[in-house]
Amino acid sequence: MTVTTVETREAPAGASRHPAAPSRRRFWSASRRDQLAGYLFITPQLIGVVLFVLVPVGLAVWYSLNDWNIFSGRLEVVGGDNYADLLTDPQLPSVLLATVVFSGGIVVLNIALGLGLAVMLNRRFRGVTFFRTLFFSPVVVSVVAWTLVWGFLLQDNGGINGALSVIGIDGPNWLQSGDTAMIAVIVSQVVRSVGINMVLFLSALQGVPSELHEAARIDGAGSAAIFFRITLPLISPTVLLTAIITIVGALQAFAQIAVLTGGGPGLSTTVLVYYVFQQAFEFNNIGYGSTLALMLLTFVMLLTLLQWQLRKKWVFYED
Amino acid sequence: MNTAKKLFGAAALTVSIGLVTAGCGAAAPEPVETEAAPGSVDLRMSVWTSNEDQLALFDSIADAYKSDHPEIGSITFESLPFADYNTTLTTQIAGGNAPDLAWMGDLSKDLIAADALVPLTDELEATKGWDYDDLLGSVTAEFSVDDELYAYPFSNSPFALYVNTDLLTLAGQTLPAEDPTWEDISTIGAAVNAATGKAGFVIRDFDYSSWNTLATVWTGWGASAWSDDGATCTFDSPEMVDAFQFLHDAAFVDKSMPGPGVAADFFAGDAAFTVAQVSRASLLDGTFAYDVIPLPAGPEGDYSVIGQAGVGVLSSSAHTQEATDFLAFLTDPENAALLAQYFPPPRASLLTGEKLAENNAKLTAEQLQAVVVDQVPDSVTLPNHTNPAEIAQKGKAAFDAMWVADADVEAVLGEVCEAIQPVLAN
Repeated sequence: MTVTTVETREAPAGASRHPAAPSRRRFWSASRRDQLAGYLFITPQLIGVVLFVLVPVGLAVWYSLNDWNIFSGRLEVVGGDNYADLLTDPQLPSVLLATVVFSGGIVVLNIALGLGLAVMLNRRFRGVTFFRTLFFSPVVVSVVAWTLVWGFLLQDNGGINGALSVIGIDGPNWLQSGDTAMIAVIVSQVVRSVGINMVLFLSALQGVPSELHEAARIDGAGSAAIFFRITLPLISPTVLLTAIITIVGALQAFAQIAVLTGGGPGLSTTVLVYYVFQQAFEFNNIGYGSTLALMLLTFVMLLTLLQWQLRKKWVFYED
Repeated sequence: MNTAKKLFGAAALTVSIGLVTAGCGAAAPEPVETEAAPGSVDLRMSVWTSNEDQLALFDSIADAYKSDHPEIGSITFESLPFADYNTTLTTQIAGGNAPDLAWMGDLSKDLIAADALVPLTDELEATKGWDYDDLLGSVTAEFSVDDELYAYPFSNSPFALYVNTDLLTLAGQTLPAEDPTWEDISTIGAAVNAATGKAGFVIRDFDYSSWNTLATVWTGWGASAWSDDGATCTFDSPEMVDAFQFLHDAAFVDKSMPGPGVAADFFAGDAAFTVAQVSRASLLDGTFAYDVIPLPAGPEGDYSVIGQAGVGVLSSSAHTQEATDFLAFLTDPENAALLAQYFPPPRASLLTGEKLAENNAKLTAEQLQAVVVDQVPDSVTLPNHTNPAEIAQKGKAAFDAMWVADADVEAVLGEVCEAIQPVLAN
């Protein structure tokens, strides 16, 4: 027999009914010990957040109010000048447009393709494991290595146009025209990262009770009705999760742009995060670069907040 | 208290005036002796080479310097990747971790404008045996302001035209024996392309991105990127329009230059000609017969262009005096001759074909005389300005419209000026 001792927070039997004198009350009460344990558990993460998130954000706010000449070390307070520059920067509208097109393209394609692949591979057939591995494998490849290979493939005399010419198609010079360059960047990024969404959707699909599908079929529902009226609502929490991480990931995309197009041709693939890098670390406009970074941070926070609020309307089974 | 302050101020002013007067009256500046304690000075110099032979040479020069200078604890040569050199150096400076000395290319104008470099002229002139007058004026101009030198131009590599004579023979083409022009090169390049499928001429490192390398062409048309004072864009000049019309025709009409997105490496045998610095001769591996000649003549005649690198002392260094002393030693005539093994020197006394050929297995003395010695004294440098990265990016964004078959060359060049003029004006 196992004897379990439970520490009680009530006064033990036989103890004085009179309250103890304040000077004799133990400082480390059970409640305080619980609090301390909680704080100790979150301390490592808290230190990381403070050092690598809050302090840099605070510094970015400070730099955005200054003009910093890196070479001379002079820091001059300019107030809201960097924020006013946002309104007069002739390149910013093109950058924001490219950011919207790139992020929108990534999110729509990634979620649609990820869900489609998951539905197709959520069946039992010979070779299903091979195909799951095949579509997931690009996720573990280095972004830079992946993008470099795509850069070679997308050359005018590269592998993609070579393959197209075999079937009689004269392919475009993918990276030299704004439209095709954006398509190339989006597709290369989606092919690399769709596997992670596919796995998340697969996991969600396998959690949908098969009895519901059987019941719907007995009631005469077709495949499309079953998918849109039963499966999709049941996996909507996963759709929300993938939407958030895909949007945030798209807004943070940097290496793909830097390696594949360098933001060109023109400004057609210069997305906001790449523009922040250019301003801050190539042009040494730390103040304006910080202002742009804060604008990006605000966008990401607003989008996440918006999605979180919208979940009440389109995510089922939320508490 | 106020009286004491005034007396102190007057005394300080008197001493200052005395010092200035003495300075003005002196015949020549004297080198300043260090007062650092033995072993107390550690110097760090940022470089972008990772060539082991070059680094070994620097180490040997540093060892020789240390043996006569007990204040030096160590001299370290920090090799940074070339592709990220400016960004890394800038980040080091911003983070308060700047090196004491640094190589610099197009960052020099920004560093000079921000007073981030130590003036060198007095120190070098005062160093016994340094022979300041041996420096060529054409190579010091890029690193000088008001006759004050801020970085020693240790590398001055002219651009030359490399010729794959095997490909020309295969296509039944011959190069004019005397003074070929860009029109000749384009005609022969187009014929080689038509006959062999290989590229005609390639401007190395341009890759439809680094447009400043095209100065190796447009200078032949008498064009320049901006006015001498750097304040006004001149890309919209008639000479520049003609030069870019030539390049556009070469890419899209004559097919003598590979178009955008087409990879062609001369040194792998993919092209008949390339414009590259003489220092790239090390890439020739003997798989094809070659020649190296000066840049072709343009409508305005012969010209030469060089790419430069300098080395200077950062004024943020805690040991500017000791770093400047070491720089004077590193670049004195004796050590400059050693550096000339790898970098075309800025000293007239070292610029002879025979001397350069002693350390160059790829090119003959005659070739080096023609493409280096005869070119450097009258050369111009690639376009350089403060804010080089911003000008490069804004220019590239506008230039991208040039590289399509139906581009309006003149209109695009006008847009280039619109894009970069605000930066130039700043």
